[in-house]
Order: sequence, then structure tokens, then C-alpha cells
Amino acid sequence: MQPPDPDQKSAPNAVAPDPPPGAARPAHPVKFTSTATPNPAEADALARAQAGDHQAFAQLYSLHKRRIYSLCLRMVGNIAEAEDLTQDAFLQLHRKIATFRGDSAFSTWLHRLAINVVLMHLRRKGLSVISLDEAMEPAPDDGPGRSFGATDLTLAGSIDRLALEQAISDLPAGYRLIFVLHDIEGYEHNEIASMLDCSIGNSKSQLHKARLKLRDALHRFPRQEARA
Amino acid sequence: MTSDPKTMTCEEFQAYLPELIGSGENAANHPHLKNCELCRALLADLETIAEAARQLLPVAEPPDELWSQIESAIQREKAEPDPA
Repeated sequence: MQPPDPDQKSAPNAVAPDPPPGAARPAHPVKFTSTATPNPAEADALARAQAGDHQAFAQLYSLHKRRIYSLCLRMVGNIAEAEDLTQDAFLQLHRKIATFRGDSAFSTWLHRLAINVVLMHLRRKGLSVISLDEAMEPAPDDGPGRSFGATDLTLAGSIDRLALEQAISDLPAGYRLIFVLHDIEGYEHNEIASMLDCSIGNSKSQLHKARLKLRDALHRFPRQEARA
Repeated sequence: MTSDPKTMTCEEFQAYLPELIGSGENAANHPHLKNCELCRALLADLETIAEAARQLLPVAEPPDELWSQIESAIQREKAEPDPA
């Protein structure tokens, strides 16, 4: 059985700066949300799902699947893992949905739940530690003077979305994690430091390095396209 | 940061940039940028990237069969509840 297919625009909704359970308080709404107004259909489905209505849970899945899957995919950069993690996130949601009390927006709560699922997965694999440590270590090309003199053009104020998605996907795991959490998902450095168990300074530094790598990749992109 | 902002080299400015951007201050007002086209271009690019990232939407769609897998997993959990 497939869950109902809602209007895409209604999926990323209702975000408020309230803390999900056991999580740091998001300092500002997730950036790609379009409204802070709760979706009445979601509120109804949520209430019914909390009472054990399976159809209502399917509706919540439909409302949030795209956002959660995109989050997982961007964080791990791997389709098969993203599918598994999306499944894990909704299983966790099913287990915990009765504990949601509405102190924060449901989408914020679910979003943070999914991030925790991804981070736990990465820790289990040892990947986050390894990748993050790698990211924390200054690589030979990451020195402060690295960009000095290297600019032969600017991005001219516009970036091809597909090129950016590809460049993000190609980032080393540690950089990607911090970039996704900060620049795409809108978490602040203190929240990221708490999530990843690193210092705020490290979070700032790694975000900067991630952006530098993206800049390089995006500068190369038009030439690669031209050759293709 | 001990360097005088007005006499910073590009290397010093770029080393300071993560902290400057992370501080929430308007980095574009930094004195070094007045006369440094390279660092202005760098900052403009980094801001463009951050802005583009903020506008990325959740475009990826999970496969249809994922819901079936989730349903099956839910049914399995109901049949064999976790003792924990």
C-alpha cells in the first residue's frame, strides 16, 4: 500500500525554534522551510498517528519522506545508505511518536530525530570519527593561504543547483556533514559542536574549509561541462 | 588575532576569515578588503555558496518500495516487540 501523495510544498512546513527531545535547541528555523504555520492536515494526521492510526502514520510519511530522505542523502552521500537511514528514521518515529508533546514543531522534532539516526549510524560505522578527524586535520592544500592568488574568476553571484548538489556530494564526509548541518539545515555552530562532539571553533573552521572546497569544485564545473 | 586589520596580509586575513564569518559580523566591512580584490572575490564566492545552499530544497524522492519496507518493519516490531 502506498501512502497518500501530498502536495510537495506542504511537506517541509511548520518549523519553530523549539528543542526536540534530548537535543540542542535549534537557534533558527531550518532554512528550506517555507512557512512556520502548522499544517492542519499534518496536525490531524499527527494526532491520529499518536493514537495508533496506521493510515495517519502513512500520511505523515508522505508529508515528510522527501525532506527526511534528502537530509539523509545529503549527510551520507550514498543512495542505499540514505534509504536505510530514512527507514530507520521513520521506524524511530513510529516508536516514539506517542512521546511527542508539541513543545516544538513536529517537523523540527522529526528532523532532529533523523539527524540523530544518521549520526548514530556514522558513529557505529566509525566513519564520522574518521572522516571528521580527517576533516579536522589540516590537509596540505587547506592552509590559510590556499586560496591566495588562486582566483581566476568568481562565481558571479549565481550557482547551478545541480553543480552545487554534486559538489556537496563529493565533499569528504566530515566536511559534508558540517556543511549540510550549517548551510543547508540551518543549525548554528554551537548546536553542531554539540551534535558532533567537537569545538565551536572546529565547526567554524571545517565549515570554512568545506566552502573553500566547494568553491574550487564550482569553479572547475563549467570547464568540465564544456569538455563533456 | 594579533594582526592589525588594516595591515593584514591575505594569508592572515584568510586565516581569520572562518572566525570573522562565524562571528556574524559583516565580513565585507573588514579593512583588508578595501584594497584586496582577491580576498573580496573569495568572500563574495563563499557568501554566494552559503546563500545557494540555503536555497536548496529537499528534491530527492525515496523509492516507492521504501514505504512497504517500513510497513513490514513496523509489523515485525509489533509481532516481536523489543524487550528493551
